[in-house]
Amino acid sequence: MSALTGLAATRRGFLGLAAGSAALAATGGRAQAQRVRTSARIAILGAGAGGTAIANRLANRLEGATITIIDGRQQHWYQPGFTLIAAGLKSASYSVSQTADWLPEGVEWIPEYAAALDPVSSRITTTGGRVVDYDYLIVATGLSLDWDAIEGFSLDMVGQNGLSAHYAGPEYAELSWRALDRFTDTGGVGLFGRPATEMKCAGAPLKITFLAEDIANRKGTRASTQIIYNAHAQSLFGVPIVHHRVRQLFDERGIEKRYDHVLKAVDMQRRVATYATPTGDVQTEYDFLNVIPPQRAPQVIRDTDLGWADRWQDQGWIEVDRETLRHIRYPNIFGIGDINGVPKGKTAASVKWHQPVVEDHLVSEIQGREGTERFNGYTSCPMITRIGRAMLIEFDYNDNLTPSFPGIIAPLEELWISWLMKEVALKPTYNAMLRGLA
Amino acid sequence: MKDLTLGTLIAVWEEMFGRGIFWAMVAVAAVITALYLYVLIRDRQMSMRKFLLAQLSMPVGAVAAVGFVLAVTSSHLSDMGGPIDVIMLMGIAAAGAMGFAILVYVAQSLVRGKQD
Repeated sequence: MSALTGLAATRRGFLGLAAGSAALAATGGRAQAQRVRTSARIAILGAGAGGTAIANRLANRLEGATITIIDGRQQHWYQPGFTLIAAGLKSASYSVSQTADWLPEGVEWIPEYAAALDPVSSRITTTGGRVVDYDYLIVATGLSLDWDAIEGFSLDMVGQNGLSAHYAGPEYAELSWRALDRFTDTGGVGLFGRPATEMKCAGAPLKITFLAEDIANRKGTRASTQIIYNAHAQSLFGVPIVHHRVRQLFDERGIEKRYDHVLKAVDMQRRVATYATPTGDVQTEYDFLNVIPPQRAPQVIRDTDLGWADRWQDQGWIEVDRETLRHIRYPNIFGIGDINGVPKGKTAASVKWHQPVVEDHLVSEIQGREGTERFNGYTSCPMITRIGRAMLIEFDYNDNLTPSFPGIIAPLEELWISWLMKEVALKPTYNAMLRGLA
Repeated sequence: MKDLTLGTLIAVWEEMFGRGIFWAMVAVAAVITALYLYVLIRDRQMSMRKFLLAQLSMPVGAVAAVGFVLAVTSSHLSDMGGPIDVIMLMGIAAAGAMGFAILVYVAQSLVRGKQD
């Protein structure tokens, strides 16, 4: 009673404290580093996750810079949502927003694609004929899906005759769900797998395999369903400890594995897939086929000499330092996201970690000093193992697991909390990243 | 996760619910909390009668909170895979229970006025 009376006496003080705390909470964590004055011309190639996020960060950080972002795509795609769409958990609209919605004021968006890039003269020419000269370039083009590399395949057939290709975009992911829905209604042979090139989100082919198995289980058709995962090499995942865990789960769930099987051709009418293997081509009849094609740098990048001379020649990823993400031969060029020729990290999570590194090195360069931030290869993959559970797998260049919540969220355990993160927290975090706030 | 600051969390929550709805929710929670403190201070005591009803309503809040989270995340209780999941679930239930209890207490106090 006396305590309450005391509280009443300081009611105004208490409310003032509460309001002050709320105001502090709202502003405290967002303190920006001091803005840097510059007249630098900065070009950003690509307005996907990496380009949009760095545009927002640089717009906040720099004063007087001319920042130009070049991308002809009107829609922004939240690609981590594609698997959820392809499993019938979300509609196509879940992953679609408008590019313009995310770009900050003070950044000029040229809604055209780059037709040519000359890193020697620091000049970009767009498909509409505009010329953009830059002092600094951030390459954030993402990658190209080489559908033509799968002989006989056509995107027009996705959703029909058991054909699935959820990497192609939100609409295709939704069509892919129709194919998966029909397949799991009736059962049959389902083929999954991944390309032999570097790829974005190497966990995605495994997730859709797990989900297909789970959905067949829930529908009661698992007994009449054969699920085969075709790995491009001798492992299911590049990180050995994760490979073993996925192998164990595949074995427990009766998901068959075929190593060294790379999809090369498909007969969509007869429903026969052809795989290249070390002992020659193997043909397999299917009722459902998930196609993920080889992936390469976009042609405009491959037409330059930005790629590595001694590795990934058929793919064209750019030659950046794996820790600073700065081009090794063109120091005024940085790379963000899938385009980077580094051993790990074609995921949105890596894009998020690329941001402070590139921002630091670029702004430091403008200030005439050396940047200090380093990228350690961090990649995150919420590996969905069934609807309602996932493994929050995070790792670095050294194949070490790097859990964000050590001792709390076990990376190799199938957990609901990891599923919650994928379902609830990931997209908001991604959106906050786009705005340069996370 | 890199740089998990309060500012980052607020940015994420804003994106999760939409900026307007998020801050409206914060405002509603703040108003209910403030009203709770107001009725405590006004009445100079906790009414055990109101507190009893508030306590009895706690399971409703707990079940509603858990049910809501499971529904929006396409999950089931059978998806709980480890201790952290159970702790998380209990946290959600506890938050729902406490929030609802405070709401019930405040509503009674405002509607019925001071009572013993």
